[in-house]
Amino acid sequence: MALLTETRPESPPETFPQKAQRTVPVISHVFLVGWALLTTLPLVWAVLSSFKSDNEILTDPWSLPSRLRWENWARAWGQAHIGRYFLNSAIVVTGALAITMLFGAMAAYVLARYKFRGSRIIYFAFTGGMMFPVFLALVPLFFVVRNLGLLGTLPGLTLVYAAYSLPFTVFFLTAFFRTLPTSVAEAAMVDGCGHFRLFFRVMLPMARPGLVSVAIFNFLFQWNQYVLPIVLMQGEGAERRWVLAQGLTALAVNEGYRGDFSGLFAGMTIAMLPVLAAYLLFHRQFQSGLAAGQLR
Amino acid sequence: MWGKRLFIAVFLLPPLLLYGIFVVSPYAQAFQISGTNWSGLSPTFEFVGLDNFRRLLGDGYFWTAIRHNGLLLLLLPVATIGLGLFFASMISVGGRADRAGVHGVRGAGFYRVVYFFPQVLSVAIIGVLWKQMYAPHTGMINGFLRGIGLDALAVAWLGDPRFSFWCVLAVLIWMNVGFYVVLFGAAMQSIPRDLYEAALLDGASRVTTLVRITVPLLWDTIQVAWVYLAIVAIDGFAIVQIITDGGPSSSSDVVGLRLYKTAFADGQFGYASAIGVAMFFLTLTVAAMFLRVTRRDRVEL
Repeated sequence: MALLTETRPESPPETFPQKAQRTVPVISHVFLVGWALLTTLPLVWAVLSSFKSDNEILTDPWSLPSRLRWENWARAWGQAHIGRYFLNSAIVVTGALAITMLFGAMAAYVLARYKFRGSRIIYFAFTGGMMFPVFLALVPLFFVVRNLGLLGTLPGLTLVYAAYSLPFTVFFLTAFFRTLPTSVAEAAMVDGCGHFRLFFRVMLPMARPGLVSVAIFNFLFQWNQYVLPIVLMQGEGAERRWVLAQGLTALAVNEGYRGDFSGLFAGMTIAMLPVLAAYLLFHRQFQSGLAAGQLR
Repeated sequence: MWGKRLFIAVFLLPPLLLYGIFVVSPYAQAFQISGTNWSGLSPTFEFVGLDNFRRLLGDGYFWTAIRHNGLLLLLLPVATIGLGLFFASMISVGGRADRAGVHGVRGAGFYRVVYFFPQVLSVAIIGVLWKQMYAPHTGMINGFLRGIGLDALAVAWLGDPRFSFWCVLAVLIWMNVGFYVVLFGAAMQSIPRDLYEAALLDGASRVTTLVRITVPLLWDTIQVAWVYLAIVAIDGFAIVQIITDGGPSSSSDVVGLRLYKTAFADGQFGYASAIGVAMFFLTLTVAAMFLRVTRRDRVEL
């Protein structure tokens, strides 16, 4: 419905009576609404299909569901294990995000604020990781994780997510810590504040805006990860510990065979809605966090 | 003095350890493994020097995949940046023009929020969603075509080698445009409005102002966009694997998928690592070429 109100043509301008100038906004809106529909229709279609019966999906992809079949959602959540995959994703991302932010902030702070031999080498070692395609590491990474006995385990995946988030986190936060005023740190030191207290009590709170944008970027990076879980969550019994991305693609293959399309759409909707809802609530932070992440 | 050293050590060692084990050591080992014939089944392997790379040169599947990545590298940035610039300028200067200057369209914030949707969805969701969209009988696309009477155009999109690659490309464009609309839109905020107003008064069309004013002033941002889209184009793994799995008959294969299958389906870890090394040099080459091509004087305001 919002679309309709947005497309209302503008009231004619007071002066500047050029016909061409009046048609421009209309043309703009035609194109803009077109792309908005192209973006939203597939999502709306998935949500609507999650309430349909398989028969309705098979006979007409464009029909509306005859009633709200929440049982599709229940089936996807329970029998297709989307609930479990969701929980696994949440556990891994929560842990990985905590490690990433703590370790990233620690390394970045020391690299930005302390002079010591080898600091530049360490800085380049960290940030150099941004240049290498992750595919180069896949084969050896699989064996590193397996040799540590972490293949197909949630802690293993957590550590790997955190490790691969460090290059960007250190890069961004080093620049950020450099911009913080030195006078506050000096004053705290004069007052007898130690290095550790200075970091946790003074510097971390001051760096909050930077930490928030990096955290949002890392959250999206880790939550949306695909290739790392596909490679690392293999082996016996690993499917109990799959994350959402993996579980959903497996569901897409299985339900296709079994013909349970409504269950598949319900699984997709369950995976999609929480992040979309979070985005709608915090869209400004999301957009700036992602922009900061990709403008590296 | 010791306090400071201890502090530095305590703060650097845990991150370095984590990073060294899971990131640095795999990257280093990849080059080493690429020189072996390791099959993964046995712990033994021999060093075969550059044999894997020689084999790569004559591997038709690899070259097909490279060609697809090359096409993506050409088409994805052009299409995405083009659409991104087009929509961003519609939003920020596509409104009416009057004495007070050029206006953005109404509902600009709404468009920015909606266009960004695909960016926050995970690549797995997008892949599964579009696989369903393209489905021959139950998909929305063919449903639409049949609905408007174009039954002849309702084909098996993903099952036809003529279309599969383009279907994948379309999804990659679909999922990336929104981010660049927001990115370019933010950059356009810093362009003074009177520049547009003056150009329009001088009789310049909107297209001319886009090409002559917006693009030169946004050149730095466009460059960044290009780099990021090149990374997406060299990868492409997730979308391709989910939607077509490289098929039918490798008509949509990409290098990342080749590597994954060579390693984890065929167990040829040495050869797969060689593909990884090739991919690394491909990335470096693209980066070097890019830096040469885009060197251009910045427009100062």
